[in-house]
Amino acid sequence: MQKELLQYTLRLGDNALILGQRLGEWCGHGPVLEQDIALSNIALDQLGQARMLLQYAAEIKGGDYTEDKLAFHRDITEYHNLLLLELENGDWAKTIARQFLFDTFNYFQYSALLESKDDTIRAIAQKAIKEITYHAQWSAEWVIRLGDGTEESHKRMKDAINDLWEWTGEMFMADEIDTKMLEAGIGADLGNIKTLWDEKVAQILAMATLKLPTDDWAQTGGKQGEHTEYMGFLLAEMQHLPRMYPEAQW
Amino acid sequence: MTKEMDMMEQFQQYVDGENKVEPKHWMPEAYRKTLIRQISQHAHSEVVGMLPEANWITRAPSLRRKVALLAKVQDEAGHGLYLYSAAETLAADRKDMIDDLLSGKAKYSSIFNYPTPTWADIGAIGWLVDGAAIANQVMLCRTSYGPYARAMVKICKEESFHQRQGYEIMMTLAKGSPEQKKMAQDALNRWWWPSLMMFGPTDEHSPNSAQSMKWKIKRKSNDELREEFIDKTVPQAEYLNLTIPDKDLKWNEDRQSYDHGEIDWDEFYNVIKGRGKCNKQRMAARNKAHEEGAWVREAANAYAEKQEARKQKQKGAA
Ligand SMILES: [Fe+2]
Ligand SMILES: [Fe+2]
Repeated sequence: MQKELLQYTLRLGDNALILGQRLGEWCGHGPVLEQDIALSNIALDQLGQARMLLQYAAEIKGGDYTEDKLAFHRDITEYHNLLLLELENGDWAKTIARQFLFDTFNYFQYSALLESKDDTIRAIAQKAIKEITYHAQWSAEWVIRLGDGTEESHKRMKDAINDLWEWTGEMFMADEIDTKMLEAGIGADLGNIKTLWDEKVAQILAMATLKLPTDDWAQTGGKQGEHTEYMGFLLAEMQHLPRMYPEAQW
Repeated sequence: MTKEMDMMEQFQQYVDGENKVEPKHWMPEAYRKTLIRQISQHAHSEVVGMLPEANWITRAPSLRRKVALLAKVQDEAGHGLYLYSAAETLAADRKDMIDDLLSGKAKYSSIFNYPTPTWADIGAIGWLVDGAAIANQVMLCRTSYGPYARAMVKICKEESFHQRQGYEIMMTLAKGSPEQKKMAQDALNRWWWPSLMMFGPTDEHSPNSAQSMKWKIKRKSNDELREEFIDKTVPQAEYLNLTIPDKDLKWNEDRQSYDHGEIDWDEFYNVIKGRGKCNKQRMAARNKAHEEGAWVREAANAYAEKQEARKQKQKGAA
C-alpha cells in the first residue's frame, strides 16, 4: 500500500510542479500586466502545492529524500504527471485552455480528496481547494471571454480546445494505482469526476459559443512515466543546476 | 503673468512647508511634466526589470528558491502597476506611456540591460540592485507629490524583503562550495559598478536635479545617495568574505564614509545609448509580449462591450 500511496502522491505533486513550471515561463511576458500577475499567482499556488506533496512523498520514501531531490534528481520516466501539463504553453489561448481543462478536473479531484482517509492528503486538499476553486473560476471566465470575444480570439480558443482535447482523456483513466487508492478510501473516484467534468466543460464551452469536440481518442502514459518529447527539455532546463552540482546547497 | 508668478510662489511655499501636493491641486506645468517623466520611467524600470530575473524562474535550483523568485518578479509587476496608476493621477495615459517605452522614446533604468548568466546574478540583483533602488525609494517616500510618495511606501516594504532575499542567496553561495563562492564573487564583480551607476551622474553633471530638489521631488543628491549605499553595502560584502572590485575603496575617517574609485561614465552613457549586452533583447521581449497580447486585450474589450450591451438590453426589456 505504501508503494501505491507514494505513486499516487507523486502524481498529484508532479501535476502541480510541472504546471507551475510551465506557467512560470509566462512571468514577464503576459499580454497585459494584470494578467501577468494573475497567471503568476496561479503558478505560485501550483508550486506551493507541489512542495507540500513532494515533501509528503519524500517522507513516505524515507531515507535522505527531500522535495528537491524528488524535483531535481528524478529522470523523465520517474515523473508521473499528466501529459497535458507538460505540453508547451503555446499562445495565451492554449495556456488558458489547458488551465481550464485541468483546473476543472482538479477542482473535482480535490473536492473528493477533502474526504481522503489519508490525513496528510486530506490536509493538503483542505488548503489547496480554495486556490483551485479560484483557478477554475478564473480560467473558465477566460475561456468564455476569448470564445465570445472577437473573431480571432474565438478561432484561437477553438483551435486550442481542439488541439488539447486528446490530452484530456488520460485524467479519467484509472489504472491499478487509482483503483487501489480508491478502494482504500484515499484516492478520488475518477468515474464520478468524469461525469462532473463532462457536464461542466460542456456548460462553459456553450457559454463561450464553442463546440464540444467529439473525438474521444486519448493520449496516455504520463501517469505511468511515458512522456512526450517536450518533457525532456522541460526537465533539462529545470534540473540543470542542481544536477551540475549535486552536493551543493542553494 | 504676475498671477502665474504668484501661484508659483505659493506653490513653492506650500512645498517648502512640507505639504503634499495632491492631484487636484494647482501645480506648475514643469512640475507635472517632470513627475510624469520620472514616475513613468520608474514604472518602466519595474516592468523591464522583471526580465533579467524572470530568466531564472524555470531554472532556480530549489523549489523554495523558485517560489521566492517568482513571487519577487511578480511583486515588480505590481510595482509597475502602482506606478502607472500614480502617473495617471497626473493625467498621463497608461497606453501612451507604454507606447513610449516600446518605441524607445521613454527610458528605463539602464541596469536591466545587463545579463544574468548565472544563478548568483539573482542573488546579486536582489542584494545590490534592489538595495540601490531602496536607497532611492526611501527618499521618495517623502517626495512632495502625494500619490507618488504613497506608492513608494508600499513598494519600499517589498523592496527590503527582496534585498534580504538576495543577500541570503549570496550568503548561501559565499558559504557554499568553491564553485559557488566563485559564482558569487563573479556576480559581485559584474554588478557592483552598474549598481553605483543606478544613482545617476555625479551632481555636477545632473542638470535637472537642482529644480527637482527645490520642488522636493528629490530630497538627496545622486552622490549623497550613492555614498549612503556604499557605506551600507561594504560591511555586508565583508561579512560575506567577498571582495568589492574597487582597489581605491577605503574608509575615510574624516568624512566617516568610504572613498571610492572612479566610475566609468563612458560605460554608463554607452548602455543608455543602447549598447549594453541586453538592450535589444529587453526591448524585443517587451515588444513581443505587447504585440502577441494585442488580440487578447482586444478580445477582453470586445467581450466587456458585449456584456454591457446585453445588460442594457435586459434593462430595456424589463
Ligand atoms: Fe520594484
Ligand atoms: Fe524589487
